[in-house]
Amino acid sequence: MSVLSIDGVWKFFGGHGVLRGIDLDVQPHEVVSLIGASGSGKSTLLRCVNLLETVDDGTIHLDGEEITDPRVNVDDVRKRLGIVFQAFNLFPHMTVLDNVTLAPRQVHRVTRGEAEEQAHDLLVRFGLADKARAYPDQLSGGQQQRVAIIRALATQPRLMLLDEVTSALDPELVIEVLGIIRELKESGMTMILTTHEMGFCRDISDTVCFLDGGVLLEKGPADKIFTEPENARTREFLRSVLESGRF
Amino acid sequence: MSEWVKSERQAERERIRRSRGRRTASIATASTVVFVVLVAWIVMSSPGWPRVEETFFDFGQFREALPDVLSGFLLNIRIFLIAEPLILVVGLLVALARGIRTPAFFPIRALATLYTDIFRGVPTILVIYLVGFGLPALNLQGIPTDLATLGIIALTLSYGAYVAEVFRSGIESIHPSQVAAARSLGLSHGKTMRFVVLPQATRRVVPPLLNDFVSLQKDTALVATIGPLEALRQAQIHAASTFNYTPYLAAALLFILLTIPMARFTDHLAARTRRRRGA
Repeated sequence: MSVLSIDGVWKFFGGHGVLRGIDLDVQPHEVVSLIGASGSGKSTLLRCVNLLETVDDGTIHLDGEEITDPRVNVDDVRKRLGIVFQAFNLFPHMTVLDNVTLAPRQVHRVTRGEAEEQAHDLLVRFGLADKARAYPDQLSGGQQQRVAIIRALATQPRLMLLDEVTSALDPELVIEVLGIIRELKESGMTMILTTHEMGFCRDISDTVCFLDGGVLLEKGPADKIFTEPENARTREFLRSVLESGRF
Repeated sequence: MSEWVKSERQAERERIRRSRGRRTASIATASTVVFVVLVAWIVMSSPGWPRVEETFFDFGQFREALPDVLSGFLLNIRIFLIAEPLILVVGLLVALARGIRTPAFFPIRALATLYTDIFRGVPTILVIYLVGFGLPALNLQGIPTDLATLGIIALTLSYGAYVAEVFRSGIESIHPSQVAAARSLGLSHGKTMRFVVLPQATRRVVPPLLNDFVSLQKDTALVATIGPLEALRQAQIHAASTFNYTPYLAAALLFILLTIPMARFTDHLAARTRRRRGA
């Protein structure tokens, strides 16, 4: 059964259709990338899955349960999702360890000792063990984003949503964050990500979706989308990305 | 892609939301009614209630006192309307003075700091006494002797210090990168303040400022202590001649009628800011 299925989702902002009938299925352990120009609806789609936005039509099912039903408990849904933002959004008044253990302790009712043990394991695994007592503003951008990913991982989500997680980083810091995501894929995590890093996208994605003007124009295996795209708009987009040197 | 046609599912979803909205509203109404009835019952069944009802809720007294209290209340509104702009000016100037870093202007900065320290520390009612009785006693030429004017001066001094601190916190909350960006474009400290920092800071401090205004509206009643015939003074006069306290209730009612719209306006502004941030 699919982890996530999006069926005919529409979203309007002030009468303008930002998502215009999106269909998408995500299988367990699948990594799906959303590509497209700014304003094509990638981030809005992620925000709809996380219920940060209410869809205006269509349904989204998570593990077979409709999460777009108005009667559903939003917090229960979000417990099962991990989201990482472009701007990290770490809590500046908490140490790295507290950032990571907040949700396990307050939402999932894990004891402090257990939560800190798990957090410590994650920090070791991702090379941040020495930063546990540091505050976010003492870290580099790449370290902050890695902490944000660990924070999302700490609740053992069913599905991770990564929204332009490398866009705010210097190129040399991008590598370390992409390394984490690659490791997540190897551990079998199901992920949906939006990205401008086309090389990485091709390398890590099982499926690539090209969005344009709120429509999912083309979808397919990464190699196919990047080597022989069927849609003219996809070709145009990839060519412009190539010319700007981001491939 | 085809145009949007609302699906069955979406129509059903909107039906569910509407019915939940209705249920929320009726639960809110029911619990409010229960709460109000309960409180009213507790108050009215208290042993002293008949006596309280007689002295505070006498409708005849209310009707008799209302015209005088109302005319006094117009003075409260006048005091408020004159004091408020003055307070904003004083507050802003003092806040800016405290931000001056030029060594030659150190006395101004020190004076501004001293002013906020003193007038935030002294209770407003004492400031009103000191200004109301002290200033005219100086017998200086040009010092006003009108009691309401003296009240306005006292309120301006007292509230100016609070508002200065509100403005200062707003100015300091603007991220240094904004100043860096403005200064690197060649704008002077003054121009940076005027075109970049203050416009952002002002927007940020509107809710706390409005909160201070609400507080000021009712503190105009403190001016009664030096004697002008405003609402509280008028109510005191009536109460003193009849030993009935209903006129106070009339005055309280008028103040509430003035402050509630202001409070709702503050809420409205806060909600608008939240919406704009997209949270």
